[in-house]
This record gives sequence, C-alpha cells and structure tokens, in this order.
Amino acid sequence: MRCLNCHQVILHQVTWYNLFSLPQTQVICNACQSELKKITGAKCLSCSRPMEKPGLCPDCKRWEEDERWSGVLDQNISIFHYNEQMKDIMARWKYRGDYILADLFREAMQDEFQEHFMGEDVVVVPIPLSDERMEERGFNQADTLAGFIQAPVKLALTRLHGEKQSKKSRQERMDTVNPFLLAEPVHQAVLLVDDIYTTGMTLRHAAKLLKTNGTPKIFSLTLIRSG
Amino acid sequence: MNNLIPAFRTYYSNDFSWIPSPLEQPPDLPSFVNPSLVTYLSGKLLLKTEISLNTPQLNELISLGLLDEIPAIEKHAWGNRCRRCGNQKSYLFAKLPDNVVYCRKCIVMGRVSEQEHLYAWRRPVSWDRHPPACKWTGELTTFQQQAADRIIKAIQEKNQRLLVWAVCGAGKTEMLFPGLSLAFSQGKRVCLATPRADVVKELLPRFVAAFPDVSIQALYGESPDKQGNAQFLIATTHQLLRYGRAFDVLIIDEIDAFPYHADASLPYATERAAKDQASFIYLTATPRPKHEREINRKKLPAVFVPRRFHGHPLPVPRFVAAFDIKSLEKEMLSRKVWDWLERRKRPDRQLLVFVPTIPNAEKVEKILAQRYKKVTCVHASDSDRQEKVYQFRKSVYDVLVTTTILERGVTFPSVDVIVLDSGHAVFDQAALIQIAGRAGRSSRDPDGEVIFFHQGKTDAMVKAVETILKMNRLGRRK
Repeated sequence: MRCLNCHQVILHQVTWYNLFSLPQTQVICNACQSELKKITGAKCLSCSRPMEKPGLCPDCKRWEEDERWSGVLDQNISIFHYNEQMKDIMARWKYRGDYILADLFREAMQDEFQEHFMGEDVVVVPIPLSDERMEERGFNQADTLAGFIQAPVKLALTRLHGEKQSKKSRQERMDTVNPFLLAEPVHQAVLLVDDIYTTGMTLRHAAKLLKTNGTPKIFSLTLIRSG
Repeated sequence: MNNLIPAFRTYYSNDFSWIPSPLEQPPDLPSFVNPSLVTYLSGKLLLKTEISLNTPQLNELISLGLLDEIPAIEKHAWGNRCRRCGNQKSYLFAKLPDNVVYCRKCIVMGRVSEQEHLYAWRRPVSWDRHPPACKWTGELTTFQQQAADRIIKAIQEKNQRLLVWAVCGAGKTEMLFPGLSLAFSQGKRVCLATPRADVVKELLPRFVAAFPDVSIQALYGESPDKQGNAQFLIATTHQLLRYGRAFDVLIIDEIDAFPYHADASLPYATERAAKDQASFIYLTATPRPKHEREINRKKLPAVFVPRRFHGHPLPVPRFVAAFDIKSLEKEMLSRKVWDWLERRKRPDRQLLVFVPTIPNAEKVEKILAQRYKKVTCVHASDSDRQEKVYQFRKSVYDVLVTTTILERGVTFPSVDVIVLDSGHAVFDQAALIQIAGRAGRSSRDPDGEVIFFHQGKTDAMVKAVETILKMNRLGRRK
C-alpha cells in the first residue's frame, strides 16, 4: 500500500495487538496523517471556528444580528484546520482534479457524522457545482464527501455558473445573489455537505433556499474551517 | 500469442511511434494561424487548454491534417502509460467517478485522462540558418578544444551520443560554443536541459551574449516567458514534458544530478523531445557508475576535460578527524574547526560551510556569528536563497553556511570550503567532488583550501579524493 498523498510505501507495524488480525487498509502514511490537524478543544458553538474559549465567534454574532440570515443555518461542524498541508492537498484535489485524494477524508467524514448526527434523522444534501465547473473538473468534491456518509443523499439543489467563491472577499460574497436553484423541496432535517467553510455565505444561501421551501432544520458538515 | 510479444515490447520499452511525422506536402495555413502560433505549436505535445484557439478553429486544423489528436494515455494488457510523463506505475493512476483513468504523476501540469488528447503540430517548421553566429572572443584551452571538436563532430554526424566528462570549473559552457555555432548555421533547433532553475537563469545571459542573433529563451517553472518557441531553449528538464520530436541537438547538463537520475519521467521526456536523427551531448563532472561502465565498455563515446580552464589543478580535500563533530547538537562547534579557523592560510577568502541537514545549518550560522560579522545560511526551503547567494558572490557576507543544495552549479571567485561531518550519508562521492570543486574557480585565486571534518573516513570520501587526484594526474600529462 502506498500513501495517497506522498506515494511512499506504508509499512505496517506488527505488534502483539494486531499480529493475528488482518492488516487494515491504510490510505495515508503516519507522517502525512500527523500533518492534518483536526479541530479540537474550544471552538465556536455555531461554526466550529477554533477559539480561546467556547462561545459564539464575532462572525457568527454578525450573522445572527442580521435579520436576513438569523437562524438560517442551525449549526456547522468542521473537521480540519486549513493549514499549509491541507491547502496543498486541496489545491491538488480540487483545482488540479486529483479525484482520488478524497479517500484521505473518508474515515474522518464517517467518524464525524457518527459523533454529531447519528441520532438525527437527516437527509444529506451536497452543495452542487455549476454544470460548467462540473464539466471542467469531472467531479463534485461535495458529492464525493457526501457519498462517504451512511445516510440517504438527495441532490436537492442546482447551481448557476458564477465566479469562484475563493476569489472573492467577504464583502463581495455577502453581496452576491443566491446562486442556487431548488430541484426538489425537502421536508425533514437536512445536513448540507461541502469542503470548506470560509465565511459561511455559500452554505447560508443554500440553507435559506431550503428553509423557505419547508425544511425544518439545517446543519452542515464541512471538511475544513478556514479563516 | 503472436500479438503478445509486440504488446509486451511496446509496454516495456519507450516507443514514440505515436508521434506523427511532419507532413511532406502540408496544406496552406488558415488565416487565424499566425507565425508565432506555429512556432509555439511546433515540437510540442499540448493539451486543449494550452492552445489559445476555440474549438471550431482547433477542429479545422485537425481536419486539415495540420494538428494531430493523440490519446494521452496508452492502454496495455499490463497497465497504462501516460504519454506525457511516461508514468507506468499503477499506484500513480486513478479513476474519476465515471471510471475514466487519469495520470496522477503529472497532474500539476493539468490533468490528462484517457478521454483527453495531446495535440501535435505536423507542418514542418524551418528554423533560421545563422552565418557563424558566435560572438564570444575568448580562447579555448587545449583540453577544451579537444572536447569542442568532439562536440562539433557529434552534432555534424547526427544520431550520436557523447558524454563530456569535465571537472568542476572546466568551462563547459564555452566548450559548447563552437558546436552550437555549427548547429545554428545549419538551422538546427537546440535544447540545453539542466536540473535546476537557478542554473537556467545563470546560463541565459551568457548564451545571449555569445549568440545575440539567435532566438534564445529560458524556460522554468516560474519563468516569465512560457512560450518555449525559440530556436535555442535553455530549460529545466521538467519543461521537456511538453515536447515531442522537437530538437536536433539535446544537451543534458549534470546528467548525474538528482532529479534526472531519480525520476524516470525525465529520461523519458528527454528521449521523446529529440528528433529521430538528434544528437545527445551529456555533460557531467561526476558520472554515475552506470555511465562509467558504459564508457569503459565503449558503449558511450566520452571525452575527458581533466583540467580547469585556468590550467591549475583541482584543490585536493584534506581530512581532519574531529570526533566531537556531533557536539553540533549541543550548539557547539568542534575544537578542530575552531583551530583551523584560527590558522587559515588566507583568512581574506570567503568561507563556504557545508552541513548535512537544515537544522545544522541554522545552528552553525548562529555559532559562527560569534566570530564573523556577516554570516548567513541557505537551504532548500529558504525563499531568499537566490538573493543570499547573489550577495555572497558580491562579498556582502563573509561566511555562507549551506546544505548540499549549493553543491553544484554555483561559482564564487575566492572561497575556502569546509564540510562538517563529511561522513554523513547525504555526502556521497559525487556530492563531495562537486563540493570540493567550489574552491579555486577563478584564475586570480585558482587555489582554495578544502577540508572534510569527519568522525571516521567513509568510502565516499576516500573515492572522492582518489578521483580528484586521478583527474589532476590526467590533466598534467599533456
């Protein structure tokens, strides 16, 4: 087995504990794994941003004070920090299109879903790409992440083509019109899935559209909390 | 069964018959094709996204037969091969959601999948024929002249390979001038490939000065000009991954250096970038055993340049046993090193210090700052590297502490060189010879002390000195 990220051979450590069990398939070597830092400790209760002490972060307070956006997104869970290693992986995965790198996150997505959303009866809705972007990239990273989760997936949204979110400032993102269109309404709790939570604008646009069409509760699970 | 053997052969040997040959009677060019687009496309294997034409224009060129559409990934019974980078390793291929195979190895250049194509230009391009174009007025030494004559012969006769085994500081660049002059007079297209971008940047002005009338371009990862449409390209080896059947003469610098030696896609790309009748010139100061064996068996013609351009012998490294060299970990420098620093014969020379690891470099910099005013250190992850090296050359610094990244390709006029812990595994024979070759580069100060501080001699150290002594002996003979 080779590490998906650095292509080095992964050597299995044989101990008394695992001597008689089948070797587990490992997709990432320990060195690369240790570079991917999970968000632990104190974080924003609403958006998972790492904080000094638990509470609401300033950005989330602003969202909640704004009457247009208050209560649109009930909670976001993010898994990883956006450190250099993660930026590098995202660049290759999303922008260069190295699809298979998604497998690095399979386990984390499953674990996190188990921990936070297992009891809730949710439908998973991945954030869509526009047709043009889909054509260009060949896959939708949010679809892939959603596919890892053991829950029903519904493609409830479609997206109009626009400029890349990652090239805009916070203010520019706040001013953009809702890029999503409803494909079918969902009348039960929804778990939105995306790769990055930066300002939360994209997720809130999607959430708002769903909520105004009858979805009672909306959570989101994102791989990375950046910013 | 009859199909099996050819299938086996095409998979396990490099077969480039899929690159189309130039058309004998090419049709006229459509009006949207300008000359610079033609030179841009010529000799390249490009993705659709790398060509600035819209789909109808592209289709028109394809239907005229001017542009050939080649599947980017070869499918064999034994696995796949990426035609762009030559990758055959199964773990470097993966599938998209719709089961389309793509290559992970060269993905930073834009993804190629089995549905994608490489585009090759089929209309022959004739390059300028320059009357003797070399404006360099210096004179070659006897040894250099011998090598230059062999290079001329290799270029003249076509389909040749020649290894030029020239010691560090032999003046390799100048030896190439007569051969290049001939190649340009015959309208040949030439590429000089070298492993590192630093070297490309250093070589460009020297060639531009020598051949002012020839179109010359430097091509590397961050190079401002990405066209790569000149008659003479100076490029990092990786840039050849975009070329196929492009060059009449390929000069591969530092054939023994790390990336070329270690990454199979580079020899693949180099071989593919050469035209059928091309000549290869390899340059090295420290051939790998593989090449030495080929030379000894007379499989690979070679020419030696055992003496430096200024005619002085190579400085021979001296071993100094310093068994407390590992005290570096405790931020202390060995006593032996301090003693030597006290008694340097020419304390006015700058000092180049090689250490095995990056943490060591930073520690040694700190320690030496106690004694010298202007000390700095460079390593591979240092973004100011170029600037610091440039300033060291301008004598802004007295001491430069470095890892092996500066072992080759850099020239400083007057330095003493020391290696701390020369028995470390990163210092193999080739590295030590290259390091010793940093001293005594200029004719004003053709000597320089080279000291290996060690805690027990290694084979690499002993062999390095033997090789240097042998070269000095050969250089004295004539």
